[in-house]
Amino acid sequence: MAFALNAEQNQKLEQILSRYPNKMAACIPVLHLCQDANASWVSDEVIEFVAKKLDLPTAHVKGVVTFYTLFNQKAVGKHQVWVCRTLSCALRGSDKILAHCEKRLGCHAGETSKDGMVTLRTAECLASCGSAPMMQVDKTYYENLTIEQVDRILDTLVR
Amino acid sequence: MLKPTTYLTHSYGQADGYKLAAYEARGGYSGVKKALALSREAVIEEMKKAHVRGRGGAGFDAGTKWSFMPKQPGQKPCYLVINADEGEPGTFKDRSIMEKNPHALVEGCIIGCYGIGAHAAYIYVRDELHLSKARLEAAIAEARAKGYLGTRPFGFDYPVEVYVHTGAGAYICGEETALLNSLEGRRGEPRLKPPFPAQYGAFGCPTTVNNVETIAIAPTVFDMGGDEFSKLSALHGFNDGGARLFGVSGHVKKPGLFEACVGLTLRELIYDLGGGTLGDRPIIGIIPGGSSCPVHKPDEVVNHADPRFAPYNGKSILDLPLGVDTFRMIGGMLGTCCAIVLTDAADPVLALHNLMRFYRHESCGQCTPCREGCGWIERILDKIVAGEGTIEELDRVSEIASDITGNTICAFGDGAAQPALSFVRKYRTHFEDYILNGAKSQTRRLTP
Repeated sequence: MAFALNAEQNQKLEQILSRYPNKMAACIPVLHLCQDANASWVSDEVIEFVAKKLDLPTAHVKGVVTFYTLFNQKAVGKHQVWVCRTLSCALRGSDKILAHCEKRLGCHAGETSKDGMVTLRTAECLASCGSAPMMQVDKTYYENLTIEQVDRILDTLVR
Repeated sequence: MLKPTTYLTHSYGQADGYKLAAYEARGGYSGVKKALALSREAVIEEMKKAHVRGRGGAGFDAGTKWSFMPKQPGQKPCYLVINADEGEPGTFKDRSIMEKNPHALVEGCIIGCYGIGAHAAYIYVRDELHLSKARLEAAIAEARAKGYLGTRPFGFDYPVEVYVHTGAGAYICGEETALLNSLEGRRGEPRLKPPFPAQYGAFGCPTTVNNVETIAIAPTVFDMGGDEFSKLSALHGFNDGGARLFGVSGHVKKPGLFEACVGLTLRELIYDLGGGTLGDRPIIGIIPGGSSCPVHKPDEVVNHADPRFAPYNGKSILDLPLGVDTFRMIGGMLGTCCAIVLTDAADPVLALHNLMRFYRHESCGQCTPCREGCGWIERILDKIVAGEGTIEELDRVSEIASDITGNTICAFGDGAAQPALSFVRKYRTHFEDYILNGAKSQTRRLTP
């Protein structure tokens, strides 16, 4: 089925367009808007839709989607978890946080738990080095993590 | 010299400190009124006097950068673009400003726009910082409702609009020309310079790209006067003025963010502000300001012929004031002024392995030396860490890193080469132990 935005989302799209001198500049924000409206991933239909809306070649939009790590090119779980593993976090035990998440969710980083609830990933520096180790769950940062806190956070996701 | 300040961090502890009421209660939006009453040239002069060195890592003088913009309005509009794509490993200062003091950035944007002749500012925030974006949007809405943004800010006939733009997860977009491409809706690949952004930037128009902290401190500059601001710094003589944010992470008891006058030393940052090292262990390495800076060992001794170094010569690098030029002149780099501390619990081989994985992952792939080189270095380190490396391959790491340096479109290549070159040179025995002795004397971990 072809992808489309509802009235409220279309209004947001118009708002985004009003901020820029041309339509192409809206490419990334509009892709975010559409990804959020499409169960957190960018399908070929979404790419077609964005290209048409912004008068861009589909190849341009596809090129943008494949360049940035936060555009999911396949379906993901209901929630997304990123565990930061760059040096400052690694110095504070991010490997243990990641290993615990993998054990709890029964999947490796880069995979989705069997129940389809959580996609687990590693992230490179999320600018939270002074409160390491940390992880991002959907749109929220959780910092200065302990294993107990990770358990509590994951409990709320898989419920 | 440790002189704590609170120009940016005044209300960091308050629950509502990020709101307009709190910002105005502490004197916010007074600097911008003073700036708008001046001529455009005078604004740039005042900024030059303040000696605000760019806080994003390169340390370029902010007032001088503003002066590169066209003097007279041309046919094309001008733009101010704020680089809020914070993601340099070890750096976490801009996020705190956007979350806890967003109005300082909005006020700074009005001053910056006026100084460079722009009527619109785009704040490019990395997508992960959702709270920062929400706080900025709210601050912009508050300022617009009051008439601070819009057609007549503070009654002056100089329209200014500020917009929040979002990235989508790419470290390279912190490079200013990659950021401009990303802002235009393209892949975030750096552009060749020249033309520089001041001639051909966002949407082909003259553009200044400034770091969040650089712009957020501008209101303070105009509140107290450029000269006064510059003289806060112990490095006024190095044209490195004012106060700034200092971060410390890694093996310290109290990692975090502190604001102080420029001139703070690493020893003060680590021991006085950071509470000392975890388990009071000895330090084996400090990366002064983000992972793209060369690592320093604490036993390095300062020795420079410049007379301004007289007070520091013969002392440990831990006692050299953190300044753009003080570190550049001894062959280091200040970067973002957010230090990563490694004690003897951390294995420097694994630390470099971690960083090179980061650079391989984040290379945009446009230039061959960087795209291939970062991958080669990571794979050699994979082998060394697995106990399968050779001395010849270790030497090749430095060779590859040297070949990346200076051979790429943007500074990412140099940033990736610096840690590889400095770690291998300064911790060579550790690498050799991995190759020759099965890493028997190494900790083989990064945590205490």
